[in-house]
Amino acid sequence: MLSWLSLHGRAIGLALRRLVRQPVGTLLSALVVGIALSLPAAGYVLLDNVAMLARGVSGTPEISIFMAHEVGRAELAAVERQLRGEPAVASYRHVPREEALRQLEQSGLGDVLGGLPSNPLPDAFVVTPRGDDPQLYEWLETRFGQWDGVEHVQLDSAWVERLHALLGLGRSAVSLLAALLGFALVIVTFNTIRLQIMTQRQEIDVSRLLGATDAFIRRPFYWFGTLQGVLGGLVALATVWLSVRALAAPVESLAATYGAVFGLSGPGWPDSAAIVGFAALLGWLGSAISVRRHLAERLT
Amino acid sequence: MIVFDEVVKRYPGDYVALAGVSFEIRHGELVVLSGHSGAGKSTLLKMIAVIERPSDGAVRINGQDVSRLGTGAIPYLRRNLGLVLQDNRLLYDRSVFDNVMLPLVITGHPPRDAARRAAAALERVGLAGRDREMPAGLSGGEQQRVAIARAIVNRPSILIADEPTAHLDSAYARDIADLFRSFNDAGVTVLVSTHDERLFAGYRPRRLVLGRGILIGDSAC
Repeated sequence: MLSWLSLHGRAIGLALRRLVRQPVGTLLSALVVGIALSLPAAGYVLLDNVAMLARGVSGTPEISIFMAHEVGRAELAAVERQLRGEPAVASYRHVPREEALRQLEQSGLGDVLGGLPSNPLPDAFVVTPRGDDPQLYEWLETRFGQWDGVEHVQLDSAWVERLHALLGLGRSAVSLLAALLGFALVIVTFNTIRLQIMTQRQEIDVSRLLGATDAFIRRPFYWFGTLQGVLGGLVALATVWLSVRALAAPVESLAATYGAVFGLSGPGWPDSAAIVGFAALLGWLGSAISVRRHLAERLT
Repeated sequence: MIVFDEVVKRYPGDYVALAGVSFEIRHGELVVLSGHSGAGKSTLLKMIAVIERPSDGAVRINGQDVSRLGTGAIPYLRRNLGLVLQDNRLLYDRSVFDNVMLPLVITGHPPRDAARRAAAALERVGLAGRDREMPAGLSGGEQQRVAIARAIVNRPSILIADEPTAHLDSAYARDIADLFRSFNDAGVTVLVSTHDERLFAGYRPRRLVLGRGILIGDSAC
């Protein structure tokens, strides 16, 4: 185990030395990887912020349950009991028919309502579900509609579906961009490692003559690709953070003109780790393919 | 220890480098392999290190048929051989010390022990105190000594050298020959190819002579 660790330690050291030995090449490669990765990373951060903004502007979506006119206290109590016991319900509010009438009168329709012989409005419950998954909303709508005394369930999910569709489209676009640029980065690393192997050819041949295994020869190249990916990931992260900082003030000013309080937020720790990890994975993949392709030639 | 059993090596174009070569080298022998250029000396030595494989026949080392050795097992065989090639194969961007350390790094030796062994190997070939120098700053004979130090640093039981004195003048060549003799005196089996038969004459080695891929002389027979 110690020997295995020391071989990896040696390989990391060797890869680091190779990176440091060519500072310009290393910097340029990190910039290429970083700038390319910053595009999907920034797209992801933007979508996250848009989702947050949309939630803030539209408020929490609700489901209205309208009871039948003829229901009595017992049926209302039964519905309340069921709402209390439903785990998918975050909160609910009972709107008695008298209160609904009062609200309608205050809205300026008092004259119209005054001409009616009795209160035409039913008792209602306004339910806030737990989560914003459109499928959950549809499921709750069906469930509430099956309860005794319920006349009609109104689901205000159109905007939720639209938002989810838009965010879904955005996420697909970002994923596609990430896949395309990721592929390009694998090619960049592939080529860098190919050049590395060409320049290290003599050392590789001598090492093989002296009893080096393929794993021993491949390890520094794997680490080189991975470390180059990590550097690129850090550049991407820095680019996104700098962009967020540069845009934060103008976005806040724009939101203020709409009477909203909104600030752009950058990627959190898990997202930052994911960006660097993704870049490292691409670097490793590019080096693995290159090493497999170019070290396959045997010593003769 | 090393057995060649009817070994044939054909290259594309039907060029036959070795045509049914058989011999056995016992532990502790000093063997000089000679013959004109193109006689098959290098091909024969490469087969021991599995740099080449026979087209027919078998090469056995300590009873193991190395000609059928799997790719993954070859590095472990090479670690037990000391290999000195004609063009020394030193890494010219590394110091003398780093060159000699390389086999120990490959085998994952602890750094302190590896450094001690490398220093001892350099002392053994008469290059003590030259460890920080770069190979390009050394003479041809000294570079070959570095290659020999690298070959013995893993304390191999077999030392193979392919024309180690080819590019050296007679004084340097004699020094190198003395070195091989001293390793043999210490119990190492030594197999050296040379085109200069007089070089090892004073040591009364066993002589194998190749001519056009055929073993035409064996002083042990």
